[in-house]
Amino acid sequence: MNVHEYQAKQIFAKYGVTTPRGIIATTVDKAVDNAKELGGSVWVVKAQIHAGGRGLGGGVKLAKSLDEVREFADEILGMTLVTHQTGPEGKLVQKVYIEEGADIKDELYLGIVLDRALEMPVIMASTEGGMAIEDVAHDTPEKIVKVAVDPSIGFQGFHGRELVFGLGLEKSEQGRFIKLAANLYKLYLENDAEMIEINPLIKTGAGDFIALDGKMGFDDSALGRHPEIEAMRDISEEDADEMEASEYGLSYVSLDGEIGCMVNGAGLAMGTMDTINYMGGTPANFLDVGGSANAQTVAKGFEIILKNPKVKAIFVNIFGGIVRCDRIANGILEATKLVDVHVPVIVRLDGTNAAEAKKILDSANIANVISATDLADGAAKAVAAAKGE
Amino acid sequence: MSILVNADTKVIVQGFTGKEGTFHAEQCLEYGTKIVGGVTPNKGGQEHLGKPVFNTVDEAVVSTQATVSMIFVPPAFVADAVMEAADAGIELAVIITEGAPVRDMMYAKQYATKKGMMTIGPNCPGVITADECKIGIMPGAVFKKGRVGLISKSGTLTYEGANQVVNEGYGITTAVGIGGDPIIGLSYKQLLAMFEADDETEAIVMIGEIGGDLEIQAASFIKEHITKPVVAFIAGQTAPAGKRMGHAGAIISGSAGTAAEKMEALEAAGVKVVVSPAEIGAAVREVLG
Repeated sequence: MNVHEYQAKQIFAKYGVTTPRGIIATTVDKAVDNAKELGGSVWVVKAQIHAGGRGLGGGVKLAKSLDEVREFADEILGMTLVTHQTGPEGKLVQKVYIEEGADIKDELYLGIVLDRALEMPVIMASTEGGMAIEDVAHDTPEKIVKVAVDPSIGFQGFHGRELVFGLGLEKSEQGRFIKLAANLYKLYLENDAEMIEINPLIKTGAGDFIALDGKMGFDDSALGRHPEIEAMRDISEEDADEMEASEYGLSYVSLDGEIGCMVNGAGLAMGTMDTINYMGGTPANFLDVGGSANAQTVAKGFEIILKNPKVKAIFVNIFGGIVRCDRIANGILEATKLVDVHVPVIVRLDGTNAAEAKKILDSANIANVISATDLADGAAKAVAAAKGE
Repeated sequence: MSILVNADTKVIVQGFTGKEGTFHAEQCLEYGTKIVGGVTPNKGGQEHLGKPVFNTVDEAVVSTQATVSMIFVPPAFVADAVMEAADAGIELAVIITEGAPVRDMMYAKQYATKKGMMTIGPNCPGVITADECKIGIMPGAVFKKGRVGLISKSGTLTYEGANQVVNEGYGITTAVGIGGDPIIGLSYKQLLAMFEADDETEAIVMIGEIGGDLEIQAASFIKEHITKPVVAFIAGQTAPAGKRMGHAGAIISGSAGTAAEKMEALEAAGVKVVVSPAEIGAAVREVLG
């Protein structure tokens, strides 16, 4: 689960990570009031969406008067912001964060992620802040300092020294940077974060480090023990169909193609998409029915797939392990009663209780349902059906 | 021979008396797995599925000499269960549970390694040596004895791959579902080495996914150390960047961890790479003749 910048900064504050002062607003008037309350003569008006690259997309503006705060807040609130992370459809901006201006001397980068190979958190820092870290990693990898922290010993002095000497920081700055990195590590571990990123982390003329931006993602599996973080969930940031699907234990991602897919298991679901593509068709979605699929969830899956007007055929590909094929078959019957299944449905059922499932479907004899013997056969039939053959 | 487990392997189940634990332990017993008992705190001394229940893993190991534990406890208790198994001298823990927090697994894996215990999973279908021992949730009937080893991140692709290999008439030695979480136990490298050393295994099927770089590491390992033919499939060639596809691991951003990158690395290592899982069986036929 991801949080907004202003929420990340609330969490930073609890861990002694300095940020500029700021107040969130959902209306233009409130934005102007916020700027008055903060005082000063320069403010930053920042769109709050769950995606990076907001500045380039026109979602971050520097205001030099209260009139400009009003002008920019009005422009940004309600805009559909398109960045390299939102996809072409963009995201609707419903909140702006009004922040005091900062005295920027240098821009750095500081982040923590899990290193899967080392199986421990790694702190990444760079003097090349303010730009996409992926680009820095690609063009000048030597400018990224990486320090893995073994959680069994925690953040030690040497970790800090490796960071500050790696970055070439002045002696007078070292202590403050090390304290910041230690605090961030503590935040990461204590809150089951998946990723923390401060880009840019600025150095002020006075030599202080301030988090000008903040990005945080959390381990969904651990949200249960962090109710205060779970409360920060912004459902308007999440795809409505994906959310609806997840309520039924389905994992759904919409795509651009014509063949709706209903599969058990993420790997087989992706493999099914790949096979459809290989055979000249295009998948309309990824849908994993999960391990506890039953008639209701399958019917729900059909409903969600069929909401997409581009769908011309549906391929149900189940290899039952925990999932029992007879339950899927009953789900298909249920779905044909509850939902208007107006496209051909190609069904391949294998594994646990496949024989019973076949009996159920054969005896029901539904017009639109075509059975397939294996994955290749099913994909070929689905591709043909989508082409109207 | 085979790898990791066989007809003589003594297995206990942690989370034995729960709904999932009961259902799958029953299926494993039916397959012929030597389940010698289980652990559920405060149910020690009872009998379940005709096997003794113990309060702790330590008691279970002392009285049954089990070497493998199959773990079905709820997500929040997985790390505790894994560490308990390691502490009690279990040699291999097979963690089926889905949704264990990553931080917990980080600590649990570290402790297991320190104690010399191997782990498989979490969030995986488990391990099966065909016609001998099934430790996990895979449909047993699919796995018939033969001469092909199988390693897969995905559960259902394990079944799909095994089914095709069996239908081609080759059969399976051992199949291992390693799981797709950020932190997993045994991975491609260790298992490839085990299959290489196993007399019965003549070819290896490796099924991967987008995200992470385990398959890339496996490719360089294959180049250096594996002489047996390897067939590989990488799921997610058509997955759009930045979208999460169910598994925690199955996410790609930018150029890291794409299917194309992995397929290229494997091909360069001499692996027979197929573009659809429907071709796994035919590819095995091609490499084994």
